[in-house]
Amino acid sequence: MVICPVRRDAVQLNSVTIPTSVRFTRRRTDTMEVVHVYTKVRSAFGRQCLFSDRPAELLVDVLPDPSLGRQFVHKSPRDQALQACPDVSLHQVNTERVEFSSCGMNHVEGGWPKDINPAELEQTIRFRKKVEKDESYIHSILHLGSVMEHCIRQNNAVDIYQEYLEEEEEVEENQELPFAKTINVFRDPNEVKRTVTGLSWHPDSGRKLAAAYSCLEFQKTSKDMSLDSYIWDVENPNVPEMTLTPASPLVCLDYNPKDPHTLLGGSYNGQIGHWDTRRGSQPVEVSSVEQSHRDPVYKIIWLQSKTGTDAFSASTDGQILWWDVRKLSEPTDRLVLDLGREGNLDRALGASSLEFEATMPTKFMVGTEQGVVVSCNRKAKTPAEKIVCSYDGHHGPIYALQRNPFYPKNFLTVGDWTARIWSEDIKESSIMWTKYQMSFLTDACWSPIRPSVFFTVKMDGVLDVWDILFKQNDPTLSLKVCDNALYSLRVQDNGRLVACGSQQGEVTLLEICSGLSTLQKNEKSLLAAMFERETKREKILEARQREMRLKERSRSEQSRDEEGGREEGEESPDQLIIRAEKDFFSMVEAELKKRREKEDEQNQEKVVSKGKEVKAEAET
Amino acid sequence: MAEVEETLKRIQSQKGVQGIIIVNSEGIPVKTTLDNSSTVHYAGLIHQLVMKARSTVRDIDPQNDLTFLRVRSKKNEIMIAPDKDYFLIVIQNPSD
Repeated sequence: MVICPVRRDAVQLNSVTIPTSVRFTRRRTDTMEVVHVYTKVRSAFGRQCLFSDRPAELLVDVLPDPSLGRQFVHKSPRDQALQACPDVSLHQVNTERVEFSSCGMNHVEGGWPKDINPAELEQTIRFRKKVEKDESYIHSILHLGSVMEHCIRQNNAVDIYQEYLEEEEEVEENQELPFAKTINVFRDPNEVKRTVTGLSWHPDSGRKLAAAYSCLEFQKTSKDMSLDSYIWDVENPNVPEMTLTPASPLVCLDYNPKDPHTLLGGSYNGQIGHWDTRRGSQPVEVSSVEQSHRDPVYKIIWLQSKTGTDAFSASTDGQILWWDVRKLSEPTDRLVLDLGREGNLDRALGASSLEFEATMPTKFMVGTEQGVVVSCNRKAKTPAEKIVCSYDGHHGPIYALQRNPFYPKNFLTVGDWTARIWSEDIKESSIMWTKYQMSFLTDACWSPIRPSVFFTVKMDGVLDVWDILFKQNDPTLSLKVCDNALYSLRVQDNGRLVACGSQQGEVTLLEICSGLSTLQKNEKSLLAAMFERETKREKILEARQREMRLKERSRSEQSRDEEGGREEGEESPDQLIIRAEKDFFSMVEAELKKRREKEDEQNQEKVVSKGKEVKAEAET
Repeated sequence: MAEVEETLKRIQSQKGVQGIIIVNSEGIPVKTTLDNSSTVHYAGLIHQLVMKARSTVRDIDPQNDLTFLRVRSKKNEIMIAPDKDYFLIVIQNPSD
């Protein structure tokens, strides 16, 4: 923008150029020029001002009016406050900076009296000598000396600062009560809920759990019931990780301990199915119907073999079948659980559980429906020799059978209302047993970490944790897991996670507190001692019984010889039955009567107390 | 005089005793079995420590007084027996 006066219309007046108009223009080089011109002739500005002096003239003169003065009063003296103080001003000044530093002084040689120069040796020696002659010095040193000697001797006698009791680790008194908390619940995604009849943990990680679902109740299977069984991932309870679709619902299944991708499942119709999780939900191979079991397969276990493909299964049709998974069309071997060792299927005992311990590959045990545990030898030459011995202890089917992982000579069985621990050597009875529980026990297993702990599940939905070193009469921990019955139980290999399956298809995953899942000191030896003690006790009892029986027999033989077979004192079985019935009914009736009387008493009390209440109300 | 010597000798002969220092109330080491620089070092420091300890004890209970002070360190133990006018300091390496 350039401003420049442009001279125009200049009037020449005596060689002085007076511009008559002035025009300013704005020159814009980049935009449109907007120009407004103000033009006025010089003469139009008007005459210039000419000033002149003038004398002053009086405009107003107001004289004082004395009459107004009468409105005022003369006041004298007058008070007027004045402040007389020295003038003070506030002023700020910054002084010169002074630097400080903290330093210590080392007093090297203290307190020498003024006259003595510490540097001079002679003077100091003289001073010292003088002090030594001082009586108080002698006196105090003697006293102090004796005190000091005492302490020195003390030090020498006993090292009071030594670390004592170093090796003994602090025995942690586990003050906290044992507990177990539920981590996850896996529910059957189908509409119709089925019972979880079998559980198996993934062998490597323990992150996966395979559950077999079926309905074991007689003729309760509905048409809509799904046939599937699931593999769950522990972290994800909402959706099963994988589905297994057999032709008939699976009653039991087992992961291959050597190959975590393969599983074997035994189904309701007696067939065995082999699955590979890499290959999908359909079984890789299924055994043929004719060659399989005739009843549901209650337990199937992988065996330890060179090929790693052997397994065996048990069913209530009385057979134990061995299979090679490469060829499931027919079993490799068959055993009929006939105690008469004749292989007679009609008299065979139905098998309801199976046990195999990898450390004892030639022996295995079968729990039967009749309450007998049969111990068998795999490598026997003739089928008759396969069955070694039997243990009779339970009144009902044996639902679980497991050897103690630390002491394989002792095994745990569960059936009817008790859990029993047996020793292999004692065939007459179990060495330890729990008292009769309130409901049926359905499954049990030992803890893989602690040899004295085992878990049981009952039909009232309670999971019991028993620690036989701590308490034998009652479970150490009793947890109500769910409202319906629990049917299966499996402990994971680390001993901390327990999975239990219920009747409505729920698998509950619990974590056991560390007190019950860490090995305690001396536990193994204490437990071994306990087992030995109980075994010995049983042995002694057995021996005594045998003695008594022998005596009886010899006595009865003698008496028979003498009297020639009189039937005195012997009742026929019918009469025995009648007597037993009579006793039973009389006992039941007595019990009922007692109960009724108690109820009546209670009712009467209630009536009386109610009457009192009513009276009290009426009074107030 | 001789008894003092005897006492000190007896103390010196005990097992583990490394040195003895007798300090008066002004902090002057009167008698010592260690070399001069260590003696002076010990005397100066311990004197202050004893004063502090004594004042602590008397502060808590004026009727009370300090009778013995033991300073246990990793390498040895310094035992101080205070009196009205003098202290007896013994450095011992306890038996181990």
